[in-house]
Amino acid sequence: MRANQNSKTLSADELKFEELLASGRKIEPRDWMPDDYRKTLIRQIGQHAHSEIIGMQPEGNWITRAPSLKRKAILMSKVQDEAGHGLYLYSAAETLEADRTDMLEKLNNGKMKYSSIFNYPTPCWADMGAIGWLVDGAAICNQVPLCRTSYGPYARAMVRICKEESFHQRQGYEIMLTLCRGSAEQKQMAQDALNRWWWPSIMMFGPRDDKSPNSELSLKWKIKLFSNDELRQKFVDIAVPQANILGLTVPDNDLSWNEETGHYTYGEPDWEEFFEVIQGNGPCNKERVSNRREAHENGQWVRDAAIAYAEKRAKISRPKTTQDPL
Amino acid sequence: MNTSPAPSKSDLFKYTLRQADNSMVLCQRLCQWAARGPDLEEDISLTNIGLDLIGQARSLYQYSASLCDQQVNEDDLAFMRDSHEWSNLLLVEQPNGDFADTIARQYLYDAWHLLFLEQLTESNDTTLAAIAAKSIKEVKYHNRHSSMWIKRLGDGTEVSHQRMQDAIAAVWPFTAEMFIPDELDQRMLEFGTGVDLKALKHTWDSQVSSLLVDATLSKPVAGEAIVGGRQGQHAEYLGDLLEEMQSLPRSMPNHQW
Ligand SMILES: [Fe+2]
Ligand SMILES: [Fe+2]
Repeated sequence: MRANQNSKTLSADELKFEELLASGRKIEPRDWMPDDYRKTLIRQIGQHAHSEIIGMQPEGNWITRAPSLKRKAILMSKVQDEAGHGLYLYSAAETLEADRTDMLEKLNNGKMKYSSIFNYPTPCWADMGAIGWLVDGAAICNQVPLCRTSYGPYARAMVRICKEESFHQRQGYEIMLTLCRGSAEQKQMAQDALNRWWWPSIMMFGPRDDKSPNSELSLKWKIKLFSNDELRQKFVDIAVPQANILGLTVPDNDLSWNEETGHYTYGEPDWEEFFEVIQGNGPCNKERVSNRREAHENGQWVRDAAIAYAEKRAKISRPKTTQDPL
Repeated sequence: MNTSPAPSKSDLFKYTLRQADNSMVLCQRLCQWAARGPDLEEDISLTNIGLDLIGQARSLYQYSASLCDQQVNEDDLAFMRDSHEWSNLLLVEQPNGDFADTIARQYLYDAWHLLFLEQLTESNDTTLAAIAAKSIKEVKYHNRHSSMWIKRLGDGTEVSHQRMQDAIAAVWPFTAEMFIPDELDQRMLEFGTGVDLKALKHTWDSQVSSLLVDATLSKPVAGEAIVGGRQGQHAEYLGDLLEEMQSLPRSMPNHQW
């Protein structure tokens, strides 16, 4: 059906929507929008929100073990930011009539996905550095253009989020820098973490453009503004010089600077692994989702109590219209 | 009779360290909730409280370090002491349990902490007074937050009521310690530097009682007080908490992080 859309005459609603898109103004919740546009957004924003909250785990895991008080405080506020990002994004999705409880349900039962990057383990403190530097760094490359995405509430949520992401990236890089200037053992920790996180970070941008089924439409609707490969290139171009400053080796034998293009040429990631992890067979998929589900289930009686309490309060404060029979 | 006009440096060091240890241990307990809260809003609130507490702990450790005879910094004090050297109240080291247990521990401490800080702002030690003044604003929020949850859970559902009631009962024996001064507390009080712990008891009692009534909860009968935290006599779980917290810097000492 979709393929015929252009040949078909557009309804007045569709015309107005296309006009709005073309003018570069934002689509707002009150505006008419095609069903698929709404669905695509709900899927993307929902996945994004889920990624933020699942993303709390690999780092949350080190809050209790951060090696200095300063690092502990920074890590706490970073993980807290991610919870906030989740909240902004669920709110943005709710403007599309999606329901947060329902989305969380789908996360808990595996019907909605989150970024595969969070299915890798964090066995070492240096992973906190690598995650901030590379994972938040890659997220920034993805997210900065989203500040101009066509859907207003999503774009505005991204503006708030991006401000905090750059702090996340900086603190991660600073952890790496400190390790690399420390003992040989610390530098090795940093190198190992880079080895662990480099390829998963490269794959955060999604499949290659020629293998990315959802991309085309998202680009047309200006939900996405750059293709996966364009964003990936941008990330590699930023991250490689940063690795050089650290004195670390990027684990890619095909990596080289291309004078002509002014970009780095990089090797092909292991896409088979990528799809395996997406399919739920990554090292930590089960653990992440079951932790999430456990927190949700353990909190049920607390949320129930809050609702029951609020209802009791509302009854008390509501003025009585009729006398209660004794 | 003590004739010197100010407490000895080592007394001031120990006294400051006690308050730092309280904030640090409670912060570490809240850190264990990371990404496990009943909802996202609560994940954020618990971390907020944890962040305030680590901020307080750092100010107090830095001040302690400046009073210490040895060359130490805040991290040495937090990461290089064994559990018997920790002087926090037993209440704050109690395990998280379920959300009601966490809230019970938090509220009973917050209510005391606020009264304690109010008095400490009058300390003749200007650093302690300044740290207290800054912390009060934070602890007022902690107290509001935990009071709110005591009411919600106490007067929520049957299940939450029972859990809240059990939680209060479980930590109650550890509250008495907050009001029992030892010799150091006594000396610090005489100098006008420390807080009169006994004097806090009455207000705390009446505030807690009235909140419990609001929350449809009953106040446990005072049983045997369990004390010893300030003297470094802790239950095993403080050791476990510290072992986790201190593992990395202890396995690689003298490193920058
Ligand atoms: Fe984020
Ligand atoms: Fe982030």
